[in-house]
Amino acid sequence: MTDLFFQTQRLCVGYDGKPLIEGIQIGLEQGEILTLIGPNGAGKSTVLKSIAGQLAPLGGTVYLDKRPADRMTKAQLARQIAIVLTSRLRGEMMTCGEVVATGRYPYTGYFGLLSEADRQIVEEAMEMVHMREWKERPFSRISDGQRQRVMLARAICQQPRLLILDEPTSYLDVRHQLEFLSLLQKMCRKMGLTVIMSLHELELAAKVSDRVCCLKGRYVDRYGRPEEVFTGGYVSSLFGVSLGSYDEINGGMELEPALGQPQVFVIAGAGTGRSVYRRLQRKGIPFATGILFSNDLDYPVAKALAADCIASEGLEPMGEALFEAARQRVDACGRVICCRERFGALEEANGRLLSYAKSRGKEIEEPWRK
Amino acid sequence: MGRKFLILVTLAAVFLTANLCVGTVKIPLGQIAAGLAGRPVDPAAQRILWDIRLPRALAALLLGGALALAGYLLQSFFHNPIAGPFVLGISSGAKLVVAVFLVCLLGRGIRVSSGALILAAFLGAMLSMGLVLLLSRRMHNMSMLVVCGVLIGYICSACTELLVTFADDADIVNLHNWSNGSFSGITWGNVALMAAVVSVVSFLAFLLAKPLSAYQLGEAYARNLGVNLKLLKVQMVVLSSLLSACVVAYAGPVSFVGLAAPYLVKSLFGTQRPLVMIPACFLGGSVFCLFCDLLARNLFAPTELSISTVTAVFGAPVAVWMMLLRGKEKAL
Repeated sequence: MTDLFFQTQRLCVGYDGKPLIEGIQIGLEQGEILTLIGPNGAGKSTVLKSIAGQLAPLGGTVYLDKRPADRMTKAQLARQIAIVLTSRLRGEMMTCGEVVATGRYPYTGYFGLLSEADRQIVEEAMEMVHMREWKERPFSRISDGQRQRVMLARAICQQPRLLILDEPTSYLDVRHQLEFLSLLQKMCRKMGLTVIMSLHELELAAKVSDRVCCLKGRYVDRYGRPEEVFTGGYVSSLFGVSLGSYDEINGGMELEPALGQPQVFVIAGAGTGRSVYRRLQRKGIPFATGILFSNDLDYPVAKALAADCIASEGLEPMGEALFEAARQRVDACGRVICCRERFGALEEANGRLLSYAKSRGKEIEEPWRK
Repeated sequence: MGRKFLILVTLAAVFLTANLCVGTVKIPLGQIAAGLAGRPVDPAAQRILWDIRLPRALAALLLGGALALAGYLLQSFFHNPIAGPFVLGISSGAKLVVAVFLVCLLGRGIRVSSGALILAAFLGAMLSMGLVLLLSRRMHNMSMLVVCGVLIGYICSACTELLVTFADDADIVNLHNWSNGSFSGITWGNVALMAAVVSVVSFLAFLLAKPLSAYQLGEAYARNLGVNLKLLKVQMVVLSSLLSACVVAYAGPVSFVGLAAPYLVKSLFGTQRPLVMIPACFLGGSVFCLFCDLLARNLFAPTELSISTVTAVFGAPVAVWMMLLRGKEKAL
């Protein structure tokens, strides 16, 4: 516990003396990324604000480098912690360069004039986020993705050791989300920056975070490495998902399945069935599917959407018992959709299933023929 | 940047000179130069220049600057370009307290020094400001706050009118002129005191340039950068109230200068940086008021217009223009 750069002890946060979340115990080594996740209104922003010194904690202590943050002066804290918030920075009539330069505030003299060294740091920060050529551009006239990068450069200029970001990817498209998080990762590795942020995108949180902190109710529900946290249907329980499902391994969401007596049997496998499953779900048609290997790409989607799913363990030939079960389901369905063109040696049972369906005069649909 | 300051200084000099030359009695430039240099000139011209026009022009210069600066501070404080001492009812509050003060004391035959008037106006300004701040806690919508400010202004003006109606005759003449806003009747003693107050307060405002620049980013970012927000806010409120009070004590409420001048200056310089804006706003306000007072005195001479009439004619369209532009930018 001695080499922790950032630590909270029994931190209690809230507004107007009313505690929102209590007993927050977080420990981070230098250069680590911590992500807060939790349902809307769980208090992610409140925790971030309290750590950043924007909101006085109701109890407990935040330690930076083993020093209690509440014993540091405003000027000392300004050199330790920088923030990137969701609320827009008011940058009326400012160029991007000027916005970035505001990060130098804790280091400049009485009138806030920039020295040559300060200017150099501003240039470097803008270079780092690939915004150098936008330096003279008005801050109000750039895109959301660029704005977020400028805000990151501004924070870097402040030369903090701890960076706090409140949902930094909210307004970004996929490309910019990836770019932004890669950039963040690079800073952590290169400069030993420690990051605490909140994210809505769980699949990104699972990939970028060294630690994840899950907020629910009045306490931290889980805290640990992402592989420890994102297991066993935890995400669904954290967010109280009752309609639809969340697949933690692949980070995919599926809507609520159409339940009831299956009307269609889907022969799938090797990732060919997913789009068919979703199409049937959209139309609200209950379906059965099989025979799938449990390590197939189709399997998590089938489990989420199918009324009935016949699955085979491991990489062995599909057994006779499974074939028999599947045959009964085919009998009960009026229609069969076969997504496969060919069947491999281990899944010869699926080939027999198709022949059987044809022999019983089932209506056969083969989407790959189109 | 330097060139733009030069433009403002030149404009101020031109209008200052024009204010000295032009009037019911025209004084040629040569006479002005001679008179200011202390060389012998026509005694009538000398008296008009030294006793009437010069103190009045200096008052317009100083108070115009003070108003614009007060407006700039309030706009920064509320993060809103429509804020200003007149719009938020601060000038009217100051006016009311000064009127009460005058009626009470003058009625008892007590003479009032202009320093005491500034204090009374400051008290009134702080009272209105307190009311506005109280309301702003409840109202997060800025336009509602402005509407409230305007209402406060009306209530205060109504009370002042009431006082004037029931005051003794001798006081009324004085009060009536003053409560509509005018730079007339300024003495050298007044100029000295207002110069002292305005220059000290403006200098103090200039010292706030750095924290003010951080405050403009929004409170969260300012706090993160290490700004002592509570202290800064108190400083902004006190300084802007002092500046507004000084104007009200000498010239009564003057409308729209605090709103229009900072906007025009901001557009001219293309920046919000307090380090530039504080001196530039002061100069801009001076130019604006010198220009308006020139018109107020001469447009319908010998009848004099109240200064607010002229500033409103030029300032209000600027305010409307500003709001239209803002609406457009938001739509983008």
